[in-house]
Amino acid sequence: MEKMPKWADVVLIPLISLILAAAISALVILGIGEDPVAAVKLMVKGSLGSTYGWGYTLYYATNFMFTGLAVAVAFHASMFNIGGEGQAMLGGLGVALVCLFVPWPHWSVAILGAIAASAVFGAAWAAIPAYLQARRGSHIVITTIMFNFIAAALLNYVLVNLLRPAGSMDPATAKFPAATNLPTLHELLAPLGISFSKSAPANVSLIIAVLACVAVWALIWRTRLGFELRAFGKSESGARYAGISPFKITMLAMLISGGLAGMMAINNVMGEAERLVLNAVEGAGFIGIAVSLMGRNHPFGVFLAAILFGFLYQGGAELALWTNIPRELIVVIQALVILFTGALDNMVRMPLERLFLALRRKEA
Amino acid sequence: MDYLTLLQVLDSTVRLATPLLLACLAGLFSERAGIFDIGLEGKMLLAAFFSAAVAYVTGSVWLGLLAGIASSMVLAGLHGLASITFRGNQLISGVAINFLAAGMTVLIAQDWFKQGGRTPSLIGGARFEPITLPLAETLQPVPVIGPLYHDLISGHTVLVYIAFLCVPATWWLLYRTRFGLRLRAVGENPAAVDTAGVSVVGLRYAAVAICGILCGIAGAYLATALQAGFVKDMTAGRGYIALAALIFAKWRPWYALSATLLFGLLQAVALRYQNIDLGGVVIPVQVMDALPYILTVVILAGFVGKAIPPRAGGEPYVKER
Amino acid sequence: MTAPALELKGISKAFGPVQANKDISIAVQPGTIHGIIGENGAGKSTLMSILYGFYKADAGEIFIKGEKTAIPDSQAAIAAGIGMVFQHFKLVENFTVLENIILGAEDGRLLRPSLSKARKVLRQLEQEYELHVDPDEIIENLSVGHQQRVEILKALYRQADILILDEPTGVLTPAEADQLFRILDRLREEGKTIILITHKLREIMEITNTVSVMRRGQMTATVKTADTTPEQLAELMVGRKVLLQVEKAPAQPGKTVLEVENLKVTDAKGVARLKGVSLDIRAGEILGIAGVAGNGQSELLEVLGGMIPGDGVIRLNGAEIPLSGQGANGKARRDIGIAHVPEDRQRDGLIMDFHAWENVAFGYHHDPAYQKNALFMDNAALREDTARKMEKFDVRPPDPWLAAKNFSGGNQQKVVVAREIERNPDLLLVGQPTRGVDIGAIEFIHKQIIALRDQGKAILLVSVELDEIMSLSDRIAVMFDGQIMGERLPDQTNAQELGLLMAGMANDGGAA
Repeated sequence: MEKMPKWADVVLIPLISLILAAAISALVILGIGEDPVAAVKLMVKGSLGSTYGWGYTLYYATNFMFTGLAVAVAFHASMFNIGGEGQAMLGGLGVALVCLFVPWPHWSVAILGAIAASAVFGAAWAAIPAYLQARRGSHIVITTIMFNFIAAALLNYVLVNLLRPAGSMDPATAKFPAATNLPTLHELLAPLGISFSKSAPANVSLIIAVLACVAVWALIWRTRLGFELRAFGKSESGARYAGISPFKITMLAMLISGGLAGMMAINNVMGEAERLVLNAVEGAGFIGIAVSLMGRNHPFGVFLAAILFGFLYQGGAELALWTNIPRELIVVIQALVILFTGALDNMVRMPLERLFLALRRKEA
Repeated sequence: MDYLTLLQVLDSTVRLATPLLLACLAGLFSERAGIFDIGLEGKMLLAAFFSAAVAYVTGSVWLGLLAGIASSMVLAGLHGLASITFRGNQLISGVAINFLAAGMTVLIAQDWFKQGGRTPSLIGGARFEPITLPLAETLQPVPVIGPLYHDLISGHTVLVYIAFLCVPATWWLLYRTRFGLRLRAVGENPAAVDTAGVSVVGLRYAAVAICGILCGIAGAYLATALQAGFVKDMTAGRGYIALAALIFAKWRPWYALSATLLFGLLQAVALRYQNIDLGGVVIPVQVMDALPYILTVVILAGFVGKAIPPRAGGEPYVKER
Repeated sequence: MTAPALELKGISKAFGPVQANKDISIAVQPGTIHGIIGENGAGKSTLMSILYGFYKADAGEIFIKGEKTAIPDSQAAIAAGIGMVFQHFKLVENFTVLENIILGAEDGRLLRPSLSKARKVLRQLEQEYELHVDPDEIIENLSVGHQQRVEILKALYRQADILILDEPTGVLTPAEADQLFRILDRLREEGKTIILITHKLREIMEITNTVSVMRRGQMTATVKTADTTPEQLAELMVGRKVLLQVEKAPAQPGKTVLEVENLKVTDAKGVARLKGVSLDIRAGEILGIAGVAGNGQSELLEVLGGMIPGDGVIRLNGAEIPLSGQGANGKARRDIGIAHVPEDRQRDGLIMDFHAWENVAFGYHHDPAYQKNALFMDNAALREDTARKMEKFDVRPPDPWLAAKNFSGGNQQKVVVAREIERNPDLLLVGQPTRGVDIGAIEFIHKQIIALRDQGKAILLVSVELDEIMSLSDRIAVMFDGQIMGERLPDQTNAQELGLLMAGMANDGGAA
C-alpha cells in the first residue's frame, strides 16, 4: 500500500514546503523592517503587472528551465550535478565562439549553431566529472563543484587574454554581429497583433526552453534511454542485472545534463547580452537545483518552478529598486526552497504520511 | 627569490592557510562522524559577518568571535536537523546552507549598516592584533633563525596559533579518547555504535556542533583578523577548498595540516605574483587560482593515491532489524 | 526451581496493519540453549529486536531472573545482561578486534586504560571459553567465523548472561558452524543462557535443550528438543504436513545446452571467487548447485548472467559466449536466450519504485514488441502484456500500476519468474527462487520451474536450501570455495554426503 495518495506527494508536499519557505521569507522581511504584504504586492506588480515585467520574468524563467532540467535529468540517474553553473559558463563560451567567428546569414540559422555549440561545450564540461565518476569513482558532487571554479578561472583567462577586443578594459567579448541577434518577444508577438514590451529581454529562446521541457519529458518517460536512466538511478546493481551499462548511463545522463545547462547560454548570452561577459550566468546554474527540487524532477514541475523563480527574480529586482530589501532576498528564498523541498523533505512528509494513514484507518 | 621574500610568502601562506585549516578540521569532525558537509562555506560566511558585526558594535573582538561561533552553530544545527533528525540529503542541505548564508549576510548587513552589504571597517579592539612572541625582537638579528622566528613564527593573531594547536588536539581527541573512538566508529558503521548502546544521533550532533565551532572560528578569523570587516561573499570558495583539502588529507588531522598549507601556499603565490614566468613559460594567474581545484580533481580521480571516505558517510542512519 | 533466566509474557507488536508478534510468552531456563525456529517472516527477528530494545512492544512484559525489566533501548538490554549476535555483524571493519570490543563499553574518557584492561579480560575469556582471536587484528582481515567470535566476545565482555544468536550459521561453512556449536556448548556449561534463532531444523535438533516454534507472529509450541522430531517441528512451523518432495517426472535430458569450462572470476578486491569451474547442463534438465552461501554460487550466476566479467569458456548450444568486454552484459545474454532469476530480487531483479509493468520490461525493454517506433516505447502494449503475465502467474493483486515494493515477497518473486520464464529461454539461471517467499508461492514457483524443464529447457538452480536442491534437481553439483567439489544424483546421495562436500571435505574431482 502507498503511504499516501500520489497527488499529495506531487502537489501537497511541494506546496507546503513553498508555504513554509514563503512564511520564513516574510519573517525575514519583517525582521529588516519592511512590510511583507507590500513587498509581495510590489513583486507581483513588478514582475507580472506589465509586459515589461513579464518579459523579465520569462527571461529569467528561460534560464532556469534549462538549468532546472539539467539538474533533473542528472537526478533521475541519481547524480547530483552542482556543476550547472560552470557548464552554463562554458555554454556561453561556445555561443560566443560561433557567434563571433562564424558568419551567420540570419538568426534562425545562427540559433541552431548556437544551440549545438552551447550544448557541446556544456556537455564537454560535464563529461570529465562524469567520466571520473563512472571509471574512477570520484564523487560527482565534489568534482562538479571543482569544475565550477575551474570554469570561472578558464573563462576569466579566455576573456582577459584571448577574446577581449583590443583597447577594451572590460573582460568581455566584442558585441556579436547583428545577424546573430535573436528576436525578442516584442518582435515575435508584433505580427500577431500583440504588443509586448520592447525593452524586455525575453526572446525566442523561451520557445526552445519549453520545447526542451517537452523533449526531456519524452526522453525520461517514453524512451528506452529514459527507462535505463531511471532504472540506473534507482538501483545500480539492478541496472547491471538488466544489462544496462552504468558507464554508458552515467556518461549520457551527465552529457545531456551538461548540454542542457550549456544551452542556457542561447538565452542570456546570445539573446540578452549579445556578448559574453565574465559573470553571465549569475547563479542560474545553482537556481536550477532549487527549480528541480521544487518541480519534483519532473519537466512540467521544472517548467512551473522556473516561472516561479523567474517571478521571484524579477520581483526581487523590483524590490531592490524601490525598497531597502536587497536582491539577496532571492538567494535566501532560493535557499529556503532547497532546504524545505530537498533537505527537510521528511519534516513535511512524515507528519503528512501519518495523517493520511490515520485518515485511511478511520475509513476502514 | 631571496630569503626574506621567501619568508614573506611563507608568512602569507600561514595566514591564508589558517581559515582553510580550521574549516578543514571542521569538515573532518563532521565527515568522520558520517555527515558530509558541503556547507562549510556558508557557516564560515555567516560567522564572518556576525563576528565583524558584533565586534564593530561592541568594540570587542572576543564578543565578535563568540557571535561568529554562535551563528555558525545555528547553521550546523540546521544541517544536523536536516541530515540527522530528518534523514534528508546531506549534500542538498549543505547547498541550501551556503545559499542561506550568502543571502542572509548581505540582507542583515544592509539592514544594520547600510553600506551595500558590508560592515564598517574594524579598528582597535574590534580586531585581532598580531602577537609578538617572546624574544622575537631580540632574536631578529640572528642570521637565518632570527628572521624565521620574527617574520614567520611570531607576529600572527591568536587565532592562527589556536588553529595550529587544533591539529594535535584533533588527533588526540580522535585517536586517544573514548569520544574519538565512538566518533570514528559512527562514521564507519553506525549500527555497531547503536547496538553497543551508544546514541548515534547524539554523537553525530556532537560532531556537527564541533564542526560549527571550528567553522565559526574560521569565519571570525577572516573578518576580524585576516581582514578588517565583512564584505559580501568574503569566503570566496574557501569552504570548498577546505573540503578539497580534507579529501586530499584522507580525513586525517596531520595530513589536513599539510594539505591546507599547500593550498595556502598556492593562494599566497597567486596573490603575490600575477603571472609566473617559469623559464619562458608564463603561467597565468588564473591557473594559480584554479590549481587547488584542479589538484583536488586529480586526487579524486585517484591518480595520487586513493582517498577512501568514511564508509557510512552521507547515509542517514536508519535502524534495521 | 529457580526463576527463568528470561521470561516473556504476552508480547505483541504490530507494524501498521501487520501483526508481527502476537501474544508471545516463553520462559527460558538458565544454563540452557533455547531454540526459536520459524519460517522467514514468522516474527523471530521482531521478537529479538524487542528484547534488544530496538522496538517497543505494544503490549507484554519482560522478566529477567524473575524481575520485571523494561528494555527501552540497547543500553538497557546490555545492562540487563543481554548480548546479541546479529545475522549481519555490527563491527567496525577497519577497527581492531580490541577497539570493537571496547566500543561503547569503555571505562573512562581515555582509551589507553580501557584497551589494556580489555586485553587482559580478553585473555581470560579466551581461556575460559576457548575463543581464540588476535586482539590487534583488523576486522576486515578476519574470516567470517572469527568475526562472529568477536561478536560473541563483545557480548561476554559486557558480561552478558543471556546470549541471543540470530541465524548464526547462515554465513558459516559447516566446519565453522560445528566450531560455533562447540563454543555454545562450552558457554552453556559455564552457565550462560543462549537463545538460538534459526530456520534450520538440524541445528535445533543438534544443540538445543528446548525449542519454541513461531508461525505468523505467534508462538505455536514450546517443547523439549528430546521429545520431538524434525518432522513434527516442520509441521508446527508451516502449520500443515509439508511435502518436501516435489512431484516431477523423471528428466528426459536432450542435447547439451550449456558448457562451462574452467570458469574463473576475480572480484574487485582481487579475491578469486570462482577458481576454475566446469559443468554442463542438458536440455530438459535441472542442475542444482548446493553450497554454503558465499562459496562462489552468486558469482557463478552473475558471470553467466553477464553481470560480472570472468575468464574461461562458456558455450550456449555450441556457440561461445564472450565473458568480458563488449557482449558480456545482461542484455547480450538475454538476446541469446539466457534468462536469469537473480538471488536478490529486491536489489537486482526488480526496481522497487517502478510500477509492475515497468518491471515486466526490466531487462527486456529493448524487445521490439514494447516499442512504438524507433524512438519511443509502447507503454500501453507493455501494460497489456503485464496484465496477461500477472494473470497467468496468479500475481496478487493483478494491478500493473502497483509499485513493486507494494507487493508481498511471494508476489514480487512471481513477477520476476513470470518475466523470465515467459521469455521461453534456452537456459534459465535461478538463484534462491523461494527465499522470503510464502509456502503457497514456493509450490507455484517450483511447479513453473519444472514445467519449463519439461519443455526441454536447461535450468541452473542455485539455492542454499538443501531441501530445495534435493527435491528439484536432476543432478546436484556442490560448490565450495569457488570450486565444484563433486556431482551427485539426488536419489543416490543424502544430506550427510552433500554436507561433507559443502564443507570441502571430499573432492572426487569433476563429474559423477
